[in-house]
Amino acid sequence: MSTISNAVTPIRTTFDENKWMRVGFYALLLVLVVVFPFFFPETDSKVDVATTALAYVVMALGLNIVVGFAGLLDLGYVAFYALGALTAGWLGSSFVYGANNSKGIHFGVSGNLDKVAGIHMNYLVIFICAAIVCAIAGMLIGLPTLRLRGDYIAIVTLAFGEIVYRFALNGDEIKFGNQQLTNGSQGITPVDPVNFGIGDPFNQLNLRPWYWTILGMVLLVLFVNFRLRDSRQGRAWIAIREDEVAAASMGVPLVKTKLMAYATGAAFGGMAGAFLASYTNTVNADQFQFAFSIFILAMIILGGLGSIWGVVLGAILLQLVNRYLIPDVLNDKAQQWFNFDLTQLSFSIFGFILVLVMLIRPEGLLPEKRRKMELREGVGTGETEASGLIEVQA
Amino acid sequence: MSEAIYTAANITKAFGGLIAVDDVSFDIPEGSIVSIIGPNGAGKTTFFNILTGLYKPTSGRLEFMGKNVTRERPDEITAAGVARTFQNIRLFGTMTATENVMVGEHSRMRTGLIGSILRIPRVRREEDDVRERAHEMLEYVGLERDLHDLISIQLSYGDQRRIEVARALASNPKLLLLDEPTAGMNPNESERFKEFMQKVRKDRNLTILLIEHDMKVVMGVSERITVLDHGQKVAEGDPQEVRENPRVIEAYLGKQAA
Repeated sequence: MSTISNAVTPIRTTFDENKWMRVGFYALLLVLVVVFPFFFPETDSKVDVATTALAYVVMALGLNIVVGFAGLLDLGYVAFYALGALTAGWLGSSFVYGANNSKGIHFGVSGNLDKVAGIHMNYLVIFICAAIVCAIAGMLIGLPTLRLRGDYIAIVTLAFGEIVYRFALNGDEIKFGNQQLTNGSQGITPVDPVNFGIGDPFNQLNLRPWYWTILGMVLLVLFVNFRLRDSRQGRAWIAIREDEVAAASMGVPLVKTKLMAYATGAAFGGMAGAFLASYTNTVNADQFQFAFSIFILAMIILGGLGSIWGVVLGAILLQLVNRYLIPDVLNDKAQQWFNFDLTQLSFSIFGFILVLVMLIRPEGLLPEKRRKMELREGVGTGETEASGLIEVQA
Repeated sequence: MSEAIYTAANITKAFGGLIAVDDVSFDIPEGSIVSIIGPNGAGKTTFFNILTGLYKPTSGRLEFMGKNVTRERPDEITAAGVARTFQNIRLFGTMTATENVMVGEHSRMRTGLIGSILRIPRVRREEDDVRERAHEMLEYVGLERDLHDLISIQLSYGDQRRIEVARALASNPKLLLLDEPTAGMNPNESERFKEFMQKVRKDRNLTILLIEHDMKVVMGVSERITVLDHGQKVAEGDPQEVRENPRVIEAYLGKQAA
């Protein structure tokens, strides 16, 4: 056995042990992110970038549960962005024009929204519905993958993402009476601005409330992530990631545990999707392409699979690359010197970043301690070894 | 002899054309220590995997404590009271020793998804209890306290074996299946493990089923031995009977020796 190691390092550091140091650090961080928009004008593009970045943080944290915790490679996460956004489109716009004889259905909305046709729900309702729709969809996508391992899961989820995209794209041909399912690539627009029944609905002239809403969602999702990681559920996920056979033999029900991961991860994707639909004011099928799944996946790989803070960092960094580095910084030079539009190549740049990460720091920027050990000290989770063993030994 | 805790009746397992286990019937008397021996490739581990639900038998019937478990999933069989260790240690490598044992308690815990998120007092209490029991279990198998919170893969081979036993015991089994537990141990350690098996059986009211190649361990600890060869049961009896059985000698040493 080559696993004997003298380097016994405890998993906890001073930072973990010292409670006040920890509390102080997180309190300061929280204050900084809350007051962040006050440093800029109400419609400043930095607040805009931060808001979308936080929406991606929510999605990345959701995907991290499936891929990072439970080890189920999901290449179709865009499906939940799509379904969440569509839920917002259905329940928060004039798209379902015929509802209630064109008088509209309204629930807990503010401003003038209760006078327009269509279905207009309070955004709390929409977020919850989006989460539920996606959780169910997550379980449906999970079902066919339950008997599969590794790469095969990736293929099935990839196909599922593509199916949802095609439905969104061609949904304008699917009609229930006069009602279309989606509005295809024309998009459902306008989508209701986020509103909670008190005060005016949000608008594009003041980005701060949007920012705080998505920040609240990030905090909620962070809380759920931390709680789940250090619980019976989280241990079960890590156990099946490490060794499915051993986990099952220790009493972890594989089907239930995996479906739970899919459902939870998907629910977050749906909430963020509903928010983005409202924020971008459209539910357009072209947003739901495969590349988006890779974009989110790249965030969690860049930050560190399974590492909650790593995923947050990865999502923010990649959004900065996407919105600043490529269009503003690099593209100026590209156009000046080579006369071409670098934004067309943004995905090759993400790809390049991923290759660099894999070569230089495969565990990600802020790795989870376990994962780092796995990659640096050769602690094998060994999918192939694990599945092979059971067949070979007799 | 007391009543059977686990009964396997006419178990056959075929992988395509290969019949790995061929019509094996087998009882484990409650409270006993029983061994399965046989040359490499005899179907011992396959049989183990059938008993724990990892493989479904092609035909035959399994009954644990009077209940038909032939079609049950591995986690259901574990919850019913069967725990196991693996021939090649299969700990969750990146978890600490304590966490490994806590996973073993999974089937005994009740907290669900929502409970885990809200972490209500009942959940917190359960979590603390499970952690405390995990520490106790690790101490019981002889792992010192200062090693409990180390990543399991950093520990020595012997310690990893101990953690595996602790993890199996954590589900509070009635029947413990050990797949070559003394592999890689020196004679001294094997001797101690023999004593440990006797002790754990007494302390926890266990029944133990053992796959083992070390004949000193097998002969010293088993009340009954079943010999498999090419997937078939070729002999069964107490150590003395098995030792003298010509078919056993044939299986191990070849026809001429017998």
